Amino acid sequence: MELKKVAQLARLYLSEQEMEEFQKQMKSIFQYFEEIKDIDTKGIKPLVTPTPMEAFFREDEVIQTLSVEEVLQNAPEKSGHLFKVPPVV
Amino acid sequence: MDFTSKEAHEIKDLLVKGEVSSQEVIQFFLQRIEDKDPKINAFITVNKEGALKRAQKLDQLKEKKGKLFGIPIAIKDMLCTKGLRTTAGSKILENFIPPYTATVVKRLEEEGAIVIGKANQDEFAMGSSNETSYFGPSKNPWNFEYVPGGSSGGSAAAVSARMAPLSIGTDTGGSIRQPAHFCGVVGVKPTYGRVSRYGVIAFASSLDQVGPFSLSVKDSALVLEVICGWDANDSTTAKAPVSEWSQNLSADLKGLKVGLPKEYFTEALSEDVRQTLDRAIEAVKQAGAHVEEVSLPLTRYAVPIYYIIATSEASSNLARYDGVRFGFRADFSREPARDLVDFYSRTRGEGFGTEVKRRIILGTHALSSGYYDAYYKKACQVRFLLREDFSKAFEKCDVLMSPVATTSAFKLGERIHDPLTMYTNDIYTTSSNLAGLPSMSVPVELNSEGLPVGVQISASHFEEQKMLNVAFSLEKAFNFKAKRPKDV
Repeated sequence: MELKKVAQLARLYLSEQEMEEFQKQMKSIFQYFEEIKDIDTKGIKPLVTPTPMEAFFREDEVIQTLSVEEVLQNAPEKSGHLFKVPPVV
Repeated sequence: MDFTSKEAHEIKDLLVKGEVSSQEVIQFFLQRIEDKDPKINAFITVNKEGALKRAQKLDQLKEKKGKLFGIPIAIKDMLCTKGLRTTAGSKILENFIPPYTATVVKRLEEEGAIVIGKANQDEFAMGSSNETSYFGPSKNPWNFEYVPGGSSGGSAAAVSARMAPLSIGTDTGGSIRQPAHFCGVVGVKPTYGRVSRYGVIAFASSLDQVGPFSLSVKDSALVLEVICGWDANDSTTAKAPVSEWSQNLSADLKGLKVGLPKEYFTEALSEDVRQTLDRAIEAVKQAGAHVEEVSLPLTRYAVPIYYIIATSEASSNLARYDGVRFGFRADFSREPARDLVDFYSRTRGEGFGTEVKRRIILGTHALSSGYYDAYYKKACQVRFLLREDFSKAFEKCDVLMSPVATTSAFKLGERIHDPLTMYTNDIYTTSSNLAGLPSMSVPVELNSEGLPVGVQISASHFEEQKMLNVAFSLEKAFNFKAKRPKDV
């Protein structure tokens, strides 16, 4: 596993110490994961939701959810009714 | 009045009859938190002002009704509470004030409960010891050198130390049942789809389920009645009818078939846990149950498939913490971001703790191009087969009885540096989440070190009553709820 590449995919900086630690651990954890390779799963449908669920229809009604102020209240930085980010290019 | 030896439904009766006031009850438990929590650290935020205000309002009501009228309840910091800080135990949400309330909390409040505070937990519920919390670990009330379990460690410790008569946790791979076992309280994970996840911070959406902690089985059953049920805001909630489980409890197990999964009784099981389980088996036989061995052949694969699926879902769910719309953002004033990737990566690198990062990496790799089929898809296929194993077992029996974990509580610092050992500890609990089964932990006795040991009971989908009845029967036989930690 190319740890640097995976960290890049995850948009996640790892400290040098974390890189070193994870590098060692990932090998044994994925070895452990690979035990499932031995199980015959030919033709088996992958299961995601473990209990049966019915899809349902609902009326298409307009309802009040959150106000703009509420949506913005936790923003690290804002400008008027907009999220603000530092220049990144 | 001392409320520490009273169950929640008893306190509610006193309140409804007007024998005590809501303010008296809430002040009593707030005082308990002030006295006991500095040593236990079960709470991240105490809702002192909000709780007192609400108690005052309840006292002014002419008609005092509601299944949980005036009952203080601690809520795991994974559930959003409008206007009350909700952190998920993470630096990245350290200052997050939710603009809305989770359905579970809303339903509890509609029945009169009072949110007394937000309980400590492993960061984003990723951990089995409460040691990954950004706010420091919570301690086991039975012995402060031991972990309370995790991830809902604060919720379990709060009830165990009588700082709240009830609490709410979340369970993705055992995060309610294992801390309940470590802290000597009742903890229930309902059938997947029973409880709305709306407003619950997501870890692994196909596994996460909310449930109660309490001193007695009846109290947990009562909370389930309140929080279960279909919710328009969560398309994975089930329309299955919700019964009055707390009114229908029966300790008479005549005719009930209890299965013991033979694969669970391995050398990994410690002596104290095995002995307690043996005595519990004897007790259910005495209560009239028929006990027989069943087989769950895929048991040894439950932990690997759980960790593949849980980390995959987590890596996707946690992508939302990007430093743009809410939550922590790294400081770019001195060193501007080179590009957008750098902006995200620095924020997430500083905002998440080590265990969360480890799991994001695991999940990202498992989902990445070229590996998806071998890990994620394969794990979901084995998940199907594992659920089949359980269906077959439930053709032979009504409930399963098993250990909750291989050991009782372990010492702080003992396992935190060895993630694989920490993960394999979840061997008995993860299967219920993968198969979507209702599953609970009920305390049975103390081991020779004075630490609680519980037993796990699981049933087939939507059969909560059968599971609760077995727990009720064990509660009658051992009366663990009369015991309490001596330092608290």
